[in-house]
Amino acid sequence: MERIPDGATILMGGFGLCGIPENLIAALRDKGTKHLIVASNNAGVDDFGIGILLRSRQVKKMISTYVGENDTFERLCLSGELEVELVPQGTFAERLRAGGSGIPAFYTPTGVGTLVATGKEVREFDRRLYLLEKALRGDFAFVKAWRGDRLGNLVYRKTARNFNPLMAAAADTTIAEVEQLVEPGSLDPDTVITPGIYVDAIFQGTNYEKRIEQRTHRPKGGAGA
Amino acid sequence: MKSESSRERIVRRAALELRDGFYVNLGIGMPTLVANYIPRGMTVILQSENGLLGIGPFPEVGEEDPDLINAGKQTITEIPGAAYFHSADSFAMIRGGHVDLTVLGGMEVDQEGNLANWMVPGKMVKGMGGAMDLVAGARRVVVMMTHVTKEGEPKILQKCRLPLTGARVVQRIISDLAVMDVTPAGLVLAEIAPGVTVEQVRQATEAELKVDPETLKTVMV
Repeated sequence: MERIPDGATILMGGFGLCGIPENLIAALRDKGTKHLIVASNNAGVDDFGIGILLRSRQVKKMISTYVGENDTFERLCLSGELEVELVPQGTFAERLRAGGSGIPAFYTPTGVGTLVATGKEVREFDRRLYLLEKALRGDFAFVKAWRGDRLGNLVYRKTARNFNPLMAAAADTTIAEVEQLVEPGSLDPDTVITPGIYVDAIFQGTNYEKRIEQRTHRPKGGAGA
Repeated sequence: MKSESSRERIVRRAALELRDGFYVNLGIGMPTLVANYIPRGMTVILQSENGLLGIGPFPEVGEEDPDLINAGKQTITEIPGAAYFHSADSFAMIRGGHVDLTVLGGMEVDQEGNLANWMVPGKMVKGMGGAMDLVAGARRVVVMMTHVTKEGEPKILQKCRLPLTGARVVQRIISDLAVMDVTPAGLVLAEIAPGVTVEQVRQATEAELKVDPETLKTVMV
């Protein structure tokens, strides 16, 4: 945390509150680093996830795809204290993948003919129109995995994977927090999703809350989605 | 309540769009309910853009897993044969035309197949999430919505007034009154709900509706 300067761009994994780097977010809040640009699919909720960094006024700009779960976000946006760049989710994911793999830009059909296309190059391939979108990189990436080893190899669990592997590859410095830190050789190499080459530091997190945003059930013994 | 029953009617009709073997992405909110009406014996694999193929039913109380949610952030389960992947793979499936069908909600649709469902100028903009990618990439895009607003204003227009989610992307509209197809010849009335007249549908629609009595059917749901 000492090495993260004010104004840094930080990629933060997670979808809603699922697969977010809880420990790293809390540490950043405690450190008080300011004027941050945070790229994350969502903005957390009022009192958890990235929401706690918004409340403490540490974020200058968010790059996100959907921010509807957070009242603080709405207030800060309306008062002009927080800048937001909304990106279609697939474009957000692909910009990160491009950023991590040496591709400066790419064409996508998403957003042609919408506000998203404003100011962007439009080009026709095989009688269809595409937008030029640029890669997205961070100074830092905060990622969360289920298990990881001391070489930085990461394994995720279920839908907590989401943007984490993409962000791990797309930053100058990637810090991973894991629920279980194991010795090299403990992970089956065939199941590693993020190879350690992308990870600069790794630690075992503590006190995971893993809060659920929308607790939905079916009746006992019942069917239905 | 009338609104409840019309919602249910829309959901049940939308389920008739499903075909055996389809990979389907259902939008957040009302479209999610279509999963409750998958016909028995039909195999439909539901895609969740946050990284899952093979959404199962909601979990029983006590069985929730914070690592397993859908795109609406609801706790879900996985079916046998499910697969997980990261978000870039998820949207490669979507944009790459591998998803057979997406069913989304809409604020406005027009006769050219333009869709608006993410932004109302002057109101807090929450974001488009994955909707722009879904309409750009799914093989078939079906919009389900009430035919008119709560105030009775038409939502099926000659030209969308709200900012678009996608241009010329919608193939079919399912409402509580009718099913309409976007064709090169314009918006064609394909089905009407029982007890509804063509004239009533026209009254509730701003778009120019083409009607062929030979092919028009009553929706049997």
